[in-house]
Amino acid sequence: MSNNSQQHGLKTARLWRALIYSVLIIMAVIYLAPLFVMVVTSFKSLDEVRTGNMMALPLEITFEPWLKAWQSACLGLDCGGINGYFWNSLKMVVPAVLISTFLGALNGYVLTKWRFKGHQIIFGLMLFACFIPFQIVLLPMSQVLGWLGLANSTSGLVLVHVIYGLGFTTLFFRNFYEAFPNELIRAAVMDGAGFFKIFRYILLPNSAPIIVVTIIWQFTNIWNDFIFGASFASGEAAPMTVALNNLVNSSTGVKEYNVHMAAAIIAALPTLLVYVVGGRYFVRGLMAGSVKG
Amino acid sequence: MKNSSNPKPADKAIAWLQTQLPKLVLAPSFSIILLFVYGFIIWTVYLSFSASRMLPNYEWVGTEQWERLWNTLTWQTALDNLLIFGVLYIVLCLAIGLLLAILLDQKIRLEGGLRTLYLYPMALSFIVTGTAWKWFLNPGLGLERTMQEWGFESFEFNWLIDPDMAIYTVVIAGVWQASGFVMAMFLAGLRGIDNEILHAAQIDGAPTWKIYTRIIIPQLGPVFMSALIVLVHLAIKSFDLVIALTGGGPGNATALPATFMYSYSFTRNQIGVGASSAVFMLITVAAIIVPYLYSELKGSKK
Repeated sequence: MSNNSQQHGLKTARLWRALIYSVLIIMAVIYLAPLFVMVVTSFKSLDEVRTGNMMALPLEITFEPWLKAWQSACLGLDCGGINGYFWNSLKMVVPAVLISTFLGALNGYVLTKWRFKGHQIIFGLMLFACFIPFQIVLLPMSQVLGWLGLANSTSGLVLVHVIYGLGFTTLFFRNFYEAFPNELIRAAVMDGAGFFKIFRYILLPNSAPIIVVTIIWQFTNIWNDFIFGASFASGEAAPMTVALNNLVNSSTGVKEYNVHMAAAIIAALPTLLVYVVGGRYFVRGLMAGSVKG
Repeated sequence: MKNSSNPKPADKAIAWLQTQLPKLVLAPSFSIILLFVYGFIIWTVYLSFSASRMLPNYEWVGTEQWERLWNTLTWQTALDNLLIFGVLYIVLCLAIGLLLAILLDQKIRLEGGLRTLYLYPMALSFIVTGTAWKWFLNPGLGLERTMQEWGFESFEFNWLIDPDMAIYTVVIAGVWQASGFVMAMFLAGLRGIDNEILHAAQIDGAPTWKIYTRIIIPQLGPVFMSALIVLVHLAIKSFDLVIALTGGGPGNATALPATFMYSYSFTRNQIGVGASSAVFMLITVAAIIVPYLYSELKGSKK
């Protein structure tokens, strides 16, 4: 091996590294571009949006679009901004996430630690429920919500999200508890602990990672949902996503792109926040679930 | 002691309760799923054979609604679009996801930060994504003008309003949103591969690309499968993105089965046709998901 070829090898290796880094960085720029454009647009005046470059930083930063989006933008006839819908979403997402997570934990516990005949079929049926296109339940559900007096209400949406979230939460907890040592449960039974005591004192204290994953998953899914919101809660009770879509597509007057972008960012903030704070656990947990099989 | 030798009825009841308790706990959730998923599926299937128009009408009319569905031009467009969108979306997400995962796997300094960046679109609502891309691709104000101002004066990009090209804007936005997630799945798969085989290959002097094509990628089969399942099912369900990005337009150029179902059921007063389209969507999803779930569940039994 001559010194020359070694140096040559080093050179190509360096070239490769440079290439790899450039591809990664170019991709990062592409992934960031739409978010960047949203943010800068939301701080520009409408004049600047119309005359300036989309990628340019605002010449003069204005918070007007944000204020307008929050409290005075018109969605159809209602000119109260999106704040009411933001709270609608929050009122929907908190109970729906808590209830579906709790039920999922109980179901996962039964399906792994207290198996009975047919548990596999029950689990299979619940699992398939995760994957159905929701179009298949829209028509009956709108009828049933009408009968229950829950049409066009946040409580109706909570019910819907709890029901169609059960499959996923059960799946998460079942996969997690599957790996939990049965010996501990058996020992507890020997000591006379009952069904709920074991759940409360042995499983729950060890469930933090999966609870975090389930809560993040459910929170993002329910907050981001559009189809249920659009089908079952129009008008006053609409969630944030539906309101955003109405705002952007209301055809009256000038298109206020800066206000639209501010509203879109407001709609995205809760899930982005959850993602930034809990993203690491989320990815780790999802990986454990999806790569396992 | 007295209790155990001569159990009172109350104790018996408690003992019974103890053994039945797990079933009782599972029962509410399971009944809800049976009713609201499987019951509703049957209900919708029935509706697809009924005379329902503006309101549900339970008069049985046979396959009339199904014929109507297949004779609807928009439905044909929606299926064609689903094919174009689905194939491109899945192939591009898999390709970009795998490429990014392999590149990130080369002991990259900023791996954590980059991974977070590629993945963040997945946290956003499709409505937000659609709104953002609608603005980004705006023919008059967005990318087109930006490029022109940067000196590419003949740059034209009006896919969003071009009936022949609009569906590809949905692909772009969809891939942008989901490819990071596929990347994360592949990355986890890469990390799960046994290092010893790789070391052995490296010692034998195999070049990196050969190690990837011969050893690593073939081992990612299960991850490919999981990613494919997730993507197929996302593609068939795609609804929000189209609504926010193009509203199904221009004309019906970006209609998908999901948007078709919604508009026929809720705005065009054709509940029967809407129900048939929903049943069709379920069948397509089930054809892919059921065999997969079956093999997964069988596998986990061992």
